Amino acid sequence: MEIQVMQDILGKNDEVAAENQALFAAKKVFALNLLGSPGAGKTTLLEKTMAALKDELRMAVIEGDLFTTKDADRIARYGVPVIQINTSGGCHLDAPMVQSVLPRLDLDALDLVVIENVGNLVCPAEFNIGEDEKAVVLSITEGDDKPLKYPLIFKESAVVILNKVDILPYTNFNLEAATEDIGTIHPGAMVLPVSSTTEEGLSAWYQWLRQAVQKKREGYSE
Amino acid sequence: MHEMAIAEGILDIALDYAHKNEAEHIRKIGLLLGEMTGVETEALTFCFTSLVRGTMAEGAELALKRVPLIGHCAQCGRRQPIRHYNFICPACGGGLAIVSGRELRVEYLEME
Repeated sequence: MEIQVMQDILGKNDEVAAENQALFAAKKVFALNLLGSPGAGKTTLLEKTMAALKDELRMAVIEGDLFTTKDADRIARYGVPVIQINTSGGCHLDAPMVQSVLPRLDLDALDLVVIENVGNLVCPAEFNIGEDEKAVVLSITEGDDKPLKYPLIFKESAVVILNKVDILPYTNFNLEAATEDIGTIHPGAMVLPVSSTTEEGLSAWYQWLRQAVQKKREGYSE
Repeated sequence: MHEMAIAEGILDIALDYAHKNEAEHIRKIGLLLGEMTGVETEALTFCFTSLVRGTMAEGAELALKRVPLIGHCAQCGRRQPIRHYNFICPACGGGLAIVSGRELRVEYLEME
């Protein structure tokens, strides 16, 4: 016998993601899914962000990593609550993994939860984890052809952070072309050229985060 | 390599339907895979084949159907294929919303 099914393969993940999202909504916490290749500078960007905003926004971090606690250890130095999820070789975080650690966060006392995903431009793009927005970090050394090679992650991300612009003069990365490609894949995406090292451009990133947190707070207090 | 997670999702759905329909063996699983999904079909088939060993889906064929990426322009109303992941309407410059091409879906099952 043949039967029609028409069921989404990641439907179970999406159901749990919706539960996570409802919890973040009830607590008025802005949840950010931070994506990017290994070495793009996700953790360094987070360190800068915590140093700049931790007195202003009540933050917590969930760190996705294959095996180690290296990134979580870096985050913990800033006095921000951090929870480690080890995927044991898994290439992405999924919604149930995030759900399993949320009880360990005091969401009533938070404005912002940043979930740093496993370093990867492919797999994490397919798995919603209940975030409000995705942000992807692309570093200059990865090359300006990456948006067209990995379009889904750029399509899914509200913000694209082009990191390490301080070394632009030493590479053949074409900032204009990359920005244009991102604009065709995701019209309206915010593209922010920054350097976590020199701190160039970071104020625009902080401003985006502040506004996102503010909107989340107000959106549910009307 | 998230193909294993996708293979697990497929098997869960297939077994669920097989139990509900009191089937004994799953012969074929029809999948809809959108053009804009990050699925490597060879890796998926490989993962699926090793995953189903010892289940009632052992030996089941995965029939993959690719779904083209189609967009709809909110501005001029045109419906058109999206080429080179360019989501700007070639006719009027408006933004194209995805109509199809993001499917990751079990379409049908053949069981006995």
